[in-house]
Amino acid sequence: MKLTGSQILLESLRLEGVDQVFGYPGGAVINIYDDLYDSQIHHILTRHEQAAVHAADGYARTTGKVGVVIATSGPGATNTVTGIATAYMDSIPMVIITGQVPTALIGNDAFQEADMCGITRPCTKHNFLVQDIRDLPRMIKEAFYIARTGRPGPVLIDLPKDIQVASMKFVYPEAVKMRGYKPTVEGNERQIGKAAQMILKAKRPVLYVGGGATLANVTPELLQLTELLQVPVTTTLMAMAAFPGNHSLSLGMLGMHGTYSANMAVTECDLLVAVGARFDDRVTGRIDAFASKAKIIQFDIDPTSIRKNVRVDLPVVGDLKSVLNSLLTQLKGYPQEVSDMVHNSVNWRADISGWKAKHPLRYTSSESVIKPQYVIEKLSELSAADAIITTEVGQHQMWTAQFFQFRQPRTFLTSGGLGTMGYGLPAALGAQVAFPKRQVIDISGDGSFQMNSQELATLVQYRLPVKIAILNNNYLGMVRQWQQLFFNKRYSQTCMELPIDFVKLAEAYGATGLRTDKVADVEGVITQALEIDGPVLMEFKVCREENVLPMVPAGKGIHEMVLAS
Amino acid sequence: MKHTISVLVENEFGVLARVSGLFSGRGFNIESLSVAPTLEPDTSRMTIVTRGDDRVLEQITKQLNKLISTIKVVDFTDEEYVARELALIKVTAESESRAEVLRIVDIFRAKVVDVTARSYTVEMTGAPAKIDAVLQLLTPMGIKEVVRSGPVVIGRGAKGVTG
Repeated sequence: MKLTGSQILLESLRLEGVDQVFGYPGGAVINIYDDLYDSQIHHILTRHEQAAVHAADGYARTTGKVGVVIATSGPGATNTVTGIATAYMDSIPMVIITGQVPTALIGNDAFQEADMCGITRPCTKHNFLVQDIRDLPRMIKEAFYIARTGRPGPVLIDLPKDIQVASMKFVYPEAVKMRGYKPTVEGNERQIGKAAQMILKAKRPVLYVGGGATLANVTPELLQLTELLQVPVTTTLMAMAAFPGNHSLSLGMLGMHGTYSANMAVTECDLLVAVGARFDDRVTGRIDAFASKAKIIQFDIDPTSIRKNVRVDLPVVGDLKSVLNSLLTQLKGYPQEVSDMVHNSVNWRADISGWKAKHPLRYTSSESVIKPQYVIEKLSELSAADAIITTEVGQHQMWTAQFFQFRQPRTFLTSGGLGTMGYGLPAALGAQVAFPKRQVIDISGDGSFQMNSQELATLVQYRLPVKIAILNNNYLGMVRQWQQLFFNKRYSQTCMELPIDFVKLAEAYGATGLRTDKVADVEGVITQALEIDGPVLMEFKVCREENVLPMVPAGKGIHEMVLAS
Repeated sequence: MKHTISVLVENEFGVLARVSGLFSGRGFNIESLSVAPTLEPDTSRMTIVTRGDDRVLEQITKQLNKLISTIKVVDFTDEEYVARELALIKVTAESESRAEVLRIVDIFRAKVVDVTARSYTVEMTGAPAKIDAVLQLLTPMGIKEVVRSGPVVIGRGAKGVTG
């Protein structure tokens, strides 16, 4: 039977196991939307294409599936770019389908034409312009394969309108055949053996875990490794939920706003084992001072991540699941050496306990004004163990990383690599679509929230009970903090002068709004919000000039922290 | 240090932009780039001359390999290879210098491919250094225009770059 291009697209999505897409219709995808009308695929209509991409991203991060987005050509397509770049930086599996003007008009500056393959080339893992309907099934098959294998990432398919209406006999390929794309899955056994020997000789080892650990679902392996070797673990922002924050060997986050114990442990360690982490500049601080006493082992699926920013003594390329299991098997073959290693690193763990005790994460509490850290602590305390937390970008994001205790993998969604303000609300939307029964909370600042606040409408339309906690300080807080510390308190354009009535805004969309500026009411507001069966916006008027500490000033080593007094 | 890299790619829409975009987006420099289909019409071969220290070159080859359209990458720098470049040189050739231009062209086994009363256009192929040498000798005559293809390279002996 012959199918049209748009029918082929939807049938291929079904065969890829897609039952949920996010998007926004337009002239160049009207045929797809017409066929969607009769399809079993659920569609969420966001209020902005950027939000559709973040929602698909949130869906992908919580489920581990490929997020799928549909947008129209031109402005619809260009609106997706920030979302795509966000997913690219954080290696999120995603397929974006954009409409394109008919092939005969491409390059003619036609109405709503944009060169999407050109625009997204630097921020997609790969992209396709479909020029012949006969290529369509193969390209969709390849797009999903590329998006979900190796180091995951977003793949864009630009689909001209005439190809959506053309028709042909549909056969979906059973396998992909790409000469140039063969990600390494199994790690080199000899290299893994060397890693095991280096680990067994270490006296002051640290595991440095990144977002790759979440993508590869290796929380169980990390726990085994940690417990076998009694090795302390620090995580990047992206990996906060990949290792339980309440574990006795957890050091918390490292880097610019990391804990004293994590940053000192990395500075003083003799072996740093990087697991799916890419040595981002927010983690390393001044490169020459980073882990300068340590040998470095790096496990990563992406060869370009190895030795990109720091020297690496032993690289192992492969899927973390396979590599860590192989490492565990090898280590278990040396029970005596493992026991010696644990014995030899007793003093190291004592040093770390000392650092933890000397400078824990702390803030000066107050009875008169709400401290943002206090709100995060209360959210952590009152939310369910499997609650999914999203954030926007800024001070609230760092306080969440510092003061929220994550308990399960895939429960913390944040824009780590690109630092996209406006990410949290639509990502929460996508997570709630994936898990309608779980608590989903977007922790936000007043600045970030206003970047995609229109998605309140989507929450209400689809009855998605996302809770939003705005820590309102009427500032672009993180930039203000930098201006305070490094620009002589010249608060240029960081004060959000207009007092916005966020409660009324929520109510205007049909959601519930709650507000407090009293410390004593924080707990009550959170409890009430969590009990309400629908979207709720909580506004906490917080201490205006509170800073995120510890902080490593730009250009300093991570041991040169400014600590909370 | 100068490096000459061969990249075998799928001969498809946008590949050149992917490769050149990789260089510009990451701040790597392309000194020259030449590209054409191979014997197999669905693959193309690029020869890229670039500069960088070991760390930069490691990233360039890894990033090139990471592109989905890339089939194979070979850095020829430490290999035995033959490099050839084509240049078309339009040189002033008026009465007093016409004979001298022809003499130089002859010595280098280059070829005059266009003649006017005031100029010769010379076609020259050879190792890039040889083309540099011709240009140096012709400069005093007055070079009006030069176009160079950038080198193409092939490994010596039986070793080849195939998918």
